[in-house]
Amino acid sequence: MSPKITATLFALLAASPLAAAQVAVKAETIHTVSGPVINDGVVVVTDGKIAAVGPAAEVSIPAGHEILEAKVLVPGFVDVRATVGLTGIYNGDDQAHDQDMLERSAPIQPGLRAIDAYNPREELLEYIRSFGVTTIHTGHAPGPLVSGQTMIAKTRTTTLADAVVKPFFGVAATLSPKAQSGSGAPGTRGKTYAMLREALIGAEAYKAKLESYDGEGAPPARDLAKEALVAVLNGEAPLIVTANQAQDIASALRLQEEFSVKVWLDMAAEVYTLMDEVKAAGSPVLIHPTTYRAYSETKNLSFTTAAKLAEAGVPFAIQTGYEAYVPKVRVLVFEAAIAAAHGLGFERTLESITLSPAKLLGIADRVGSIEVGKDGDLALFNGDPFEYTTHCTGVVIEGEVASRAVR
Amino acid sequence: MSHSRLSMPRALFAVAAALLSLSPLVEAQTTAITGGTLLPIDGPAIEGGVMLVEGGKIKAIGAADAVKVPAGAAVVDATGKVVMPGLVDTHSHIGGIGAADSSGPLQPGVRVYDSINVRSSGFRRALAGGLTSLNIMPGSGHLSSGQTVYVKLRYGDSTPRTIDAITYRFPDGAPMGGLKMANGTNSIRNEGKGGFPGTRGKSAFLVRSLFIQAQEYRGKIERAVDEDGNPDESKLPDRNLHLETLLEVLDGKRIVHHHTHRHDDILTVLRLAEEFGFRVVLHHVSEGWRVADEIAAAKVPCSAILVDSPGGKLEALNLVMECGGILEKAGVRTAFHTDDWITDSRLFFRSAALAVRAGMTRQGALESLTLAGAEMMDLQDRVGSLTPGKDADFIILSGDPLSVYTRVEQTWVEGEKVFDLSDPKDQLYAEGGYGAGEEISPYFCCYDHLMKKEAN
Repeated sequence: MSPKITATLFALLAASPLAAAQVAVKAETIHTVSGPVINDGVVVVTDGKIAAVGPAAEVSIPAGHEILEAKVLVPGFVDVRATVGLTGIYNGDDQAHDQDMLERSAPIQPGLRAIDAYNPREELLEYIRSFGVTTIHTGHAPGPLVSGQTMIAKTRTTTLADAVVKPFFGVAATLSPKAQSGSGAPGTRGKTYAMLREALIGAEAYKAKLESYDGEGAPPARDLAKEALVAVLNGEAPLIVTANQAQDIASALRLQEEFSVKVWLDMAAEVYTLMDEVKAAGSPVLIHPTTYRAYSETKNLSFTTAAKLAEAGVPFAIQTGYEAYVPKVRVLVFEAAIAAAHGLGFERTLESITLSPAKLLGIADRVGSIEVGKDGDLALFNGDPFEYTTHCTGVVIEGEVASRAVR
Repeated sequence: MSHSRLSMPRALFAVAAALLSLSPLVEAQTTAITGGTLLPIDGPAIEGGVMLVEGGKIKAIGAADAVKVPAGAAVVDATGKVVMPGLVDTHSHIGGIGAADSSGPLQPGVRVYDSINVRSSGFRRALAGGLTSLNIMPGSGHLSSGQTVYVKLRYGDSTPRTIDAITYRFPDGAPMGGLKMANGTNSIRNEGKGGFPGTRGKSAFLVRSLFIQAQEYRGKIERAVDEDGNPDESKLPDRNLHLETLLEVLDGKRIVHHHTHRHDDILTVLRLAEEFGFRVVLHHVSEGWRVADEIAAAKVPCSAILVDSPGGKLEALNLVMECGGILEKAGVRTAFHTDDWITDSRLFFRSAALAVRAGMTRQGALESLTLAGAEMMDLQDRVGSLTPGKDADFIILSGDPLSVYTRVEQTWVEGEKVFDLSDPKDQLYAEGGYGAGEEISPYFCCYDHLMKKEAN
């Protein structure tokens, strides 16, 4: 291919996501999530935003809109915790090629930004998008004591700037035996906790130094790691703590008490043993993938935990998390389906992968439900989205038809 | 083979097997499963049918007006439910297993049978998923990691005390199983050190060399036997457990269960199987869809894995959910497997259902979990369909087997109920929860009366 043709091709590719943006979807059933179900309805997306939603008889489709049809229409799914984009499909012997979610050179590295590793053209993004995921909270993986930062993005194949919703959202930490590997890592649970406290106490001192600087003389030297933890101390970023066993979950809650930081519980396989404590602490739970492997620290996980969280009134959302091996990425709607079939039921399950995560992530003004003014992010299905044998037949992100595959 | 040194341990196994067969569940009592939709697998669905079970076997199956429930039969009302054969998993790693170690790439004589913990909670989870017969295999980090073992999950009120209680037997009494082999990247390791291959070419070379050694070993044994079949002890070669295992493979008694992902690796397996004439089942076959016609022409069956996404390892980059349907269409006998812990035994139906989503037929999918797998383990005369004379291994489901909302409500093995979702102890394994991941504690099965005595 000549350089000229290649250049033209790139120009076309770059232009395509911004182009379309005028789409209407006719559906037999629309689950808006925020309001009642609409039968025989229409959603109109104009210039990337939802312009109209309602019964077909009441909503007219403006000229120039591509019309799609679906049996069932739902909001694009929001994955509340993933690593895809930093995690890539290859996972070959050369881990450096596309496995940027784990940095083992030191145990505490909150200064690592997710945006510096996120690959918006990662194949796995296209894959999860074709099953309805339009927004992901992604970033550094569980493992090291403090592994790095997280971010929020749309799953579009585009530039980083066009994909990003929030470039810095939270800081990922791990309280479990998984933190006990890598250079300088702690060797016990007690030491793990002590090192995390030391890091937060160090950040408190740095914060005090920043706040007491009166403009006279040289300002305190910048410290990228401590800056991220100061954001946590200020409540601007949650500390997303991966903890599975009961004692580790309790430890995570103690951090919140000591440092008044926002602790979010990640994975939380045995959270059902501490439901009252979690509720009292007000910590949301990013519950593990329902079909996560039951072994080692997750050996007591349950298919019913999502339902129990819902019963207890604990804010939660279902995640796909991090996979080291195969499958390299999990499919959010499949994980939700098992929860739906184990006590959570259709409506609450749909909410747990749309509006609930959008609220937790502070982006419910843009995504999570089908409402006028929100982003035109939609997932089309030819039946119950949770049923094994129905298909996702199309995906729209900000008015762009981002997938036409039948999955 | 008339090799006295080989047949001696077999005789011991035969005695052990005979003793074991005296103990179980032989009951004159008839159980009748009535009212449900019966899916026999080897025939059309029977609405509101009747299945009679006696002495651990299926005695009769048919429409309600064709099969009479005898007086005194214990009736299990399955109205509104679906009844089908217990599931057959051709590839599982449950039981805390381990066979070949890191000392070399080819260790066919090592038996996974000698490593299984029958108290592992994995067995209870498998029952909760409706699995009743399994091929427990060692791993794929070797060209051959050893012998596999076929087990039947005889887990009633009491947990089996030893592996022998759940082991299928060859007619000679030896534990029944296949031989695990692998090619591709998992068995290429240690940078070619310690005898392990560093390339695909070396992998095939090592396998061919050992099979040729086995052929020569057989020649030596044959030459040591006179015209009347009596061996000359002085001429017999020393016993070699690895080569003895390969002789069983060459004789067709032991099926090779071959891990293989990439299209070219799949064809390598077919080439070696043709060269040495061994029976083989291709396992995983991530790229089987690329060589479906070649697999069909070789008349070799496939046991496929279905995971949620491609990637995670280079040779699974092109894994697609469509694979099962493409193989089926090409005429390849196709099963699925859990590869537990790669996928959970409780989610075995999910593999077949997602394959239907991606183009497989419903009948093909149901066979892929039952009869097709049984054929791949030479167990089709005993399990895999609801057929009179076969073992009474069956499951009762709340609805359509391919729906995510359906639950396995009961699992029966040889006419005995071994899982009941309405029993909280079984529910724990079905759904998970605190304690579900523990080994089955002695209190659970058989020692609680002793412990109480001690406490007093």
